Amino acid sequence: MSGPIVKIEGLTKRFGAVAAVDRVDLEIARGELFALLGGSGCGKTTLLRLLAGFETPDAGRLLIDGQDMTGVPPHFRPVNMMFQSYALFPHMNVAENVGYGLRREGMAKAEAATRVADVLEQVRLAEYAQRRPAQLSGGQRQRVALARALVKRPKILLLDEPLAALDRKLREGTRFELVRLQAELGITFVMVTHDQEEAMSMATRLAVMDAGRIVQVGTPYDIYERPASRFVADFIGVANILKIEGGWLALRPEKIALSVERPGLPNVAAGKIVDIAYEGDRSLYRIATDGAVMIVSTTPNLSHRRGDSVWLGWAADAGHPLDA
Amino acid sequence: MRYVIALPFLWLGIFFLLPFALVLAIALGTNAPDSVPPVDLGIGLKSFTLLFTDDLYLAAWLTSLRIAATSTLVALLLGYPMAYAIARAAPRRRPLLLMLVVLPFWTSFLIRVYAWMGLLDENGLLNQFLRWSGIAANPGTILGTEWAVQLGIVYAYLPFMVLPLYAVLEKLDVSLLEAAADLGARPIAAFLTITLPLSLPGVVAGCLLVFIPAVGEFVIPDLLGGTETLMIGKVLWDEFFTNADWPLASAVAICLLVLLAAPIALFQRQQARGPEPARERRR
Repeated sequence: MSGPIVKIEGLTKRFGAVAAVDRVDLEIARGELFALLGGSGCGKTTLLRLLAGFETPDAGRLLIDGQDMTGVPPHFRPVNMMFQSYALFPHMNVAENVGYGLRREGMAKAEAATRVADVLEQVRLAEYAQRRPAQLSGGQRQRVALARALVKRPKILLLDEPLAALDRKLREGTRFELVRLQAELGITFVMVTHDQEEAMSMATRLAVMDAGRIVQVGTPYDIYERPASRFVADFIGVANILKIEGGWLALRPEKIALSVERPGLPNVAAGKIVDIAYEGDRSLYRIATDGAVMIVSTTPNLSHRRGDSVWLGWAADAGHPLDA
Repeated sequence: MRYVIALPFLWLGIFFLLPFALVLAIALGTNAPDSVPPVDLGIGLKSFTLLFTDDLYLAAWLTSLRIAATSTLVALLLGYPMAYAIARAAPRRRPLLLMLVVLPFWTSFLIRVYAWMGLLDENGLLNQFLRWSGIAANPGTILGTEWAVQLGIVYAYLPFMVLPLYAVLEKLDVSLLEAAADLGARPIAAFLTITLPLSLPGVVAGCLLVFIPAVGEFVIPDLLGGTETLMIGKVLWDEFFTNADWPLASAVAICLLVLLAAPIALFQRQQARGPEPARERRR
C-alpha cells in the first residue's frame, strides 16, 4: 500500500476548557523519522497518545496506513510505544518483558523465544535476558523498552522523549544508535521531544508545536533556515529578530561577521561587546548595537575583549524575513 | 539513648512475654476448682493432650479455620474491586472514599455487632422488609446460623482487606497498564498479568489481617452465631468462664497463638523480601 502511513485531519483533544491538541492536520510518510517538537504543554505528548490510542479525540480523524483509528483501542492498533518512563514490568525479567507482546498475540513459545533473542541481540542485551529491570542501568532499561516495542514489528514506533532519562554522555551515542536502527529496520518512527537539538539532529522531518497547534512542518534544514514565524525562529536555535519594514528578520548568530574595521557588507552595524562566552569550538558574543543586543557566534578570536567597539556585518540573503 | 532503645523490649517483656509465661505456666498446671485461682501449678501436658484428643476441640478448630478462610475469601472478592475503584477514582475524591471505608470504626465494634442482631433477628429489619415487600412470606431466621457469623466477620473486617489493597493499587504505575495495552493485552489480560501479580503483597497482607483475627473471633460467633457454630474463641471463653478450667483455656490460647504465628511469620518474610517475584502464567 502507498500513501502516508499517518494522516491526521482536524484532530482535536480537549482537557476541560483547554484544547491540548487543536485542529491539527498532519501527514507522515512511510519510513520517516518524524519528530514532534515543542515546549512543555504544547500538546506534543497528547498527539502521540492519540496515535497510540490512549486518548480519544474530541473531533477530527486519524488514519494509520489508510485505516481509520476512530474507536480502535490501543491493543488493536498496529503501533507500539516506547514510554518516557520506559514502563518496564518490574515483576518480569528482560526476556519476559520483551516477549510480553508476542505472547499476547498468541505466538508459539519457541517462535517467540527466537524473536526475543534476535531483538535482544540487536540492542546488545543478549546476556541480560534473565535480569530484572531493577538490576539494569538506565541505558540498558532504555534498550529493553526499545526492544519490547520493536519486537512486535509495528507499522509505527512511537517514542515519548526517548533520551530524556539518559545522562548527557549516553544521550549522544543513543541518538546515533536510534537513527541507525530506524534506517536498518525501515519502520516509521514518531518521536516526541522538547529538545530542539535532538529533533534537529535525528529527524528527517519535524513538526514544531505551540499551544496545541502545529506551527511549522519541514526538514530540519527548512525549519532552521526558513522559520515560519518569530516563535519558530526563537525556539529552534538562537536567532536575532530584527524589526524591518513590513515585518521582522530572523538572523542566525553564525551568519553575522564580527570585525574591528567596518566590513564591506551590505548590512552593517556598530556596537560594543557586552559579554563573551568561550565554548572551545566557537565563541558567543553579546553585542550592544544601536537598536538591540545582538548575539554573534564565530570561531574564537581571543583578541576581542569585553567593552571593545566592533562592527557587525551580514550578507543581503543572510537573514530570513518573517511576517508573523 | 540506650534506655530509649530498650523501651520497646521492656514494653514487650512486661505486656507480652510475662503474661505469656503466666498463661504457659497455667496451661501446664492442673485444674483445681476449689482453690483461688483454680490452678495447681506443675508440669503436665494433660490440657494439651485433651485438646488434641477430644473431638469437640478438633471440630472447633476446623470450624474456626473454615469460617475464617471463607470470610477471608469473601472479603477479598468484595474488597479488591472496592480498593481498585478507590485507587482509580479522581485523586480529590479518594480521601472521602477512604473515609467511608474507615467510618464504621467510629462506632464501637460491639455496638455494630448488636446492630446486626437487630437486622437479622426473626422479627428484625431484614425479615420485616421481606414480609412487607412480599418477597418471602415466611422467611427463615439468619441470626443464630453460621451465615450470620460469616456475614458479621466479613462486615467487621472488610476495611482491613480494603486498606492494604488500596495501598498497593494506588502505587501501581498506570503507564504499566498502558504499556500492556500497547503491546496487545486486552483489559482482562492486562489485569491478570500486570495488576494482579503486582498487587499480590497487598492481597497477602489483607488476607492475613482478616484471617488472623477471624480465627480467634469470639464476639461475633457469640452474638450472631448459634450453639452449633463452635469457634475456638468461644470454646476458650466457655472453658474459662463457664467451666472455670483455666489450664485448658490457657492451652487453647497457646495453641491459637502458635497456629497464628505461622502465617504472621510468613507475612513478615514476604514483606522483608519485597514484592513477590510472581512469574507470569505461561500459556
